[in-house]
Amino acid sequence: MTEQIKHHLTDSLLMAYSAGSLPEAFNLTIAAHVSMCDECRARLGAFDSLGGALVEGSESVEMSAGSLEAVMERLKAPERPAEKPIYSNGIVPAPLRDYIGGDLDAVRWKSIGMGVKQAILPTSRDATARLLFIPAGAAVPDHGHRGTELTLVLKGSFADEVDHFGPGDIEVANEDLNHTPVADIGEDCICLAATDAPLKFKGLIPRLAQPFLRI
Amino acid sequence: MLREAESESHSIPSPLMAGRARYSAMQRQGPRPKNVTKKDAAENDDWVTCIQRIRENEDRQAFERLFGHFAPRVKGFLMKSGADEAMAEECTQDVMATLWQKAHLFDPSRASAATWIFTIARNRKIDALRKQKRPEPEDLPWGPDEEPDQADVLALQQETTQLGKAIKNLPEKQKVLIEKAYFRDLSHSEIAEETGLPLGTIKSRIRLALDRLRHAMK
Repeated sequence: MTEQIKHHLTDSLLMAYSAGSLPEAFNLTIAAHVSMCDECRARLGAFDSLGGALVEGSESVEMSAGSLEAVMERLKAPERPAEKPIYSNGIVPAPLRDYIGGDLDAVRWKSIGMGVKQAILPTSRDATARLLFIPAGAAVPDHGHRGTELTLVLKGSFADEVDHFGPGDIEVANEDLNHTPVADIGEDCICLAATDAPLKFKGLIPRLAQPFLRI
Repeated sequence: MLREAESESHSIPSPLMAGRARYSAMQRQGPRPKNVTKKDAAENDDWVTCIQRIRENEDRQAFERLFGHFAPRVKGFLMKSGADEAMAEECTQDVMATLWQKAHLFDPSRASAATWIFTIARNRKIDALRKQKRPEPEDLPWGPDEEPDQADVLALQQETTQLGKAIKNLPEKQKVLIEKAYFRDLSHSEIAEETGLPLGTIKSRIRLALDRLRHAMK
C-alpha cells in the first residue's frame, strides 16, 4: 500500500512533529499518516536525529545533589508489565484507534447534511481532529481555510482542484486553497482531517450551521 | 503508537519501539569509514553498549555513565524549552528512569542513544508543559527474533555523528533557527515562514540519514 502514496507531509510539518510543537489534532493526523507511509517514517527518523544531535550539543545544566540516587531508588519499584503493541487490522492506524476507541464501527457519526457525516475526536482545543464520511460521488461544500488543514484519506478516495487523493495520501491545505473535495463514485470516502482554525464555507447555509457543527 | 498504560507519561516513539533483540550483533565490530573520527564514533558506540549493558545486566555503572553525560544535557534542553529548574530536574529524572526501564526497546539500527533520549525527553516535555499526550505512529510489525544488521547499526551511528558535526559547523544564525524550532515551540507555519531556516544546507545530511533509516526498515 505504501508504494501507492503520492502525497506526503512537508518538511516543516515533519520537523514540527518531531520537535513536539504541534497541537494534538495535528500530531494525531501526522502519526496516522506516518503509520501508513514508510517514506515519511524515514524522513521523520531523520528529523528525530536532528533533535538528538541538538540534545547532544545542548548546554549542560548540573543535576541536583542526590539526583542519580533518587532515580536508582525509584527503579527498585516493580515495573509494569510491558504492553503488547497494537496493530491496525485494516484501515484505522493504531494511533487513531486510541482516539476512536476501536475500529470504524465504533465511530459515532453525526450528519452534517447531504449525506456527509463527521465525528469530532477528543483532542486539545487548540486544533480540531475529525473523521469525515463522504458518500461515493458526494462533495464536501466548497470551503477555504483560515489556517492549515491536513486531510488524510483512510478509505476510498477524493479529488479536488489540486489532485486526486487515495488511501494514505495526505493533503496539506492552507489559506490560499479554496477547494471542493468530491468522493470518487466507486466507494464511500473516509478521511481524518485536522484544522487549526474554523473552515470558511462559501455558501450561506453551511456558514450558519458552522457554530453548531464545529466545522 | 500510544499504548494505554504508557499514554499517561512516557510513551516511547514508535520508530524506536521495534521490540527486537539485537544486542548480540553489537559485539561484532565492522570496519569504520575514514571520514568519521575514531573518538566521535567510538563515543556513539559506547553509549549503545551502555544501554545494552543496562538491558542485559542491569549494569548500574553503565547507567551512571549515561546519566553523567545525558542528564545535564536533557535538563538544559528542557530549561531551554521553557521548563523551570525544578520541573526540568524532575522531568530529567523521569527521562533517565524511562531509559533504564525501556532499554530493551532501544534499536541502535534506527536511532543513536542521543536521538532515543531526545524522543523520550520531548514526549515528557509535551506531557509536562502542555498536559497533552503525543500520538505516536503505529510500530512496524517486526518479526519477534529479528536481529538488526550490524552494518545498519554502524552506519546509523556514524550518520548521526556526521549530522551532529554538520550542525556544529553551521553558521550561528542558522543554528539558532534550528534550535528555535526544537527548543522554543516554533510552530510549523512559523518554520515555513522562517526563510533562513537551513533545511537546504543540512538536507544532504538528512537525506543520508534518511537512506540509512529506510534501508534499516526494510
